[in-house]
Amino acid sequence: MNLVAFQTIVTKEIIRWTRIWTQTLLPPAITMTLYFVIFGNLIGSRVGEMGGFGYMEYIVPGLIMMSVITNSYGNVVSSFFSAKYQRSVEEMMVSPVSNWVILFGFVGGGVLRGLLTGLIVTIIASFFVELKIYNAFVVVSVVFLTSVLFAIGGFLNALFARKFDDVAIVPTFILTPLTYLGGVFYSISLLPEFWQGVSKANPIIYMVNAFRYGFLGASDIDITVAFVLILAFIAALTSLSIYLLNRGTGLRA
Amino acid sequence: MTKALSISNLSKTYKNGVQALKGIDLEVEQGDFFALLGPNGAGKSTTIGIISSLVNKSGGKVEVFGHDIDSDLTNAKKMLGLVPQEFNFNIFEGVEQIIWQQAGYYGIGRKEAKKRAQPLLEQLGLWDKRKSPARELSGGMKRRLMIARGLIHDPKLLILDEPTAGVDIEIRRSMWEFMQDLNEKGTTIVLTTHYLEEAESLCRNIAIINHGEIVENTNMKSLLAKLDMETFVLDTTGLPEQLPQIQGYEVRRRDDTTLEVDVHKGAGVNGVFAALSQHNITVLSMRNKANRLEELFVRLTENKAGGQAS
Repeated sequence: MNLVAFQTIVTKEIIRWTRIWTQTLLPPAITMTLYFVIFGNLIGSRVGEMGGFGYMEYIVPGLIMMSVITNSYGNVVSSFFSAKYQRSVEEMMVSPVSNWVILFGFVGGGVLRGLLTGLIVTIIASFFVELKIYNAFVVVSVVFLTSVLFAIGGFLNALFARKFDDVAIVPTFILTPLTYLGGVFYSISLLPEFWQGVSKANPIIYMVNAFRYGFLGASDIDITVAFVLILAFIAALTSLSIYLLNRGTGLRA
Repeated sequence: MTKALSISNLSKTYKNGVQALKGIDLEVEQGDFFALLGPNGAGKSTTIGIISSLVNKSGGKVEVFGHDIDSDLTNAKKMLGLVPQEFNFNIFEGVEQIIWQQAGYYGIGRKEAKKRAQPLLEQLGLWDKRKSPARELSGGMKRRLMIARGLIHDPKLLILDEPTAGVDIEIRRSMWEFMQDLNEKGTTIVLTTHYLEEAESLCRNIAIINHGEIVENTNMKSLLAKLDMETFVLDTTGLPEQLPQIQGYEVRRRDDTTLEVDVHKGAGVNGVFAALSQHNITVLSMRNKANRLEELFVRLTENKAGGQAS
């Protein structure tokens, strides 16, 4: 494996998103601060307890996960699509960089941005609520794997995208609704049984709950199932990405 | 000796049904300076795209220094440098950053990349601009940046697709010198250009592609020798109302002081001067009406088009 090339792509990505930090790192910090103030402090105090925890304490893991998901996905989809659009992706295509390195170079850049954003949100959250970690391994592994999964998702979106509108469709019409309905703000145990079943078809439920388990030790779903599901999705989407890269889908005429 | 580039029966049909290449064969010797010419849409860019892995081929075989792009793509890519026609770098990135990144894709570490980049950027007149974002460069500088980028990994075969398009004459001449120097040092170069005088003065061998087929593939001297007639433009002090008839030449008036004379191969131009002198016509200067290669190019591509239509 060409490690220099991998390092080059990751470094290129870090330089890119730090250069435009007002578009990449600042907005999630502001948005999440507003979430904490409005949902946590103002509304949360009237909601009372959720799943046996204070409402603010309950929503913090979900909000951190939400920012990690949207930033990991958004970074890769916008960066790789821009590279396609400006044709700078050809720099990589003509060089002896393997498709694995291209994929994981971009994914690496997306994961680092996602995790940094998650860290920023966590620091902001600590001003509003006392954060406790029940299981550090679960917290770290779930946030990392989820970030990897959505970064690969962003890469696939960018491969298929032909215009800038295509970059926004999935985050707006699929990712955001699934995230909001993914147990960030409520426990699915509050829902009628039928809707609990429907909710379990939403993969984000598993990631948010597994992450919350790492903080609070409580979850609506089985943690093992969450890990298996995340790993299975990563394997499936990685295979699909490599297959499409080898075929040149979205890249070669 | 292994060919720098070997293409056999290469074909490409796009999804919309356009047959861009119809089974072309082409060989480029090591150390050659080779021109690949053709009108717009002839198949040049498709050929280059396939060689450099930017376009999927429909059939045929391509080898770069003996490395098959189907079975040994990584090594084929290592041999190859590409300077594409259109700017394809990230305009927000700095000149140095673009060069270092390209080196990184070839497995060249940052320290070594810096060492290689400096002489390249100096030779191409970009050293002072190394910290500037690419978007701040002039058109000529952007072209030179693409050349520097294409050379950072020291390729054995360099493909230059319209490298001097849109640059002023002074920069074009300096780029010619740079390319000649590069070729003399052993880099095989394949050049496509619309400036036919560029191909004529730089390249030793030439292929002309039209409608996805190679219509001519020979060395430059042999090709130019096929030109059986040249047209010269003569500027004079003044012309009489009745133009003199000159045996063996066809003379036409362009305006009150300018003549066009068709001269057949081997006839020489002395006869023209002698006849004009007899008629008290003073010739001030003389030039070719068109570049010799340009004349041949037009004939070859027009003939082929005519042949296909019939």
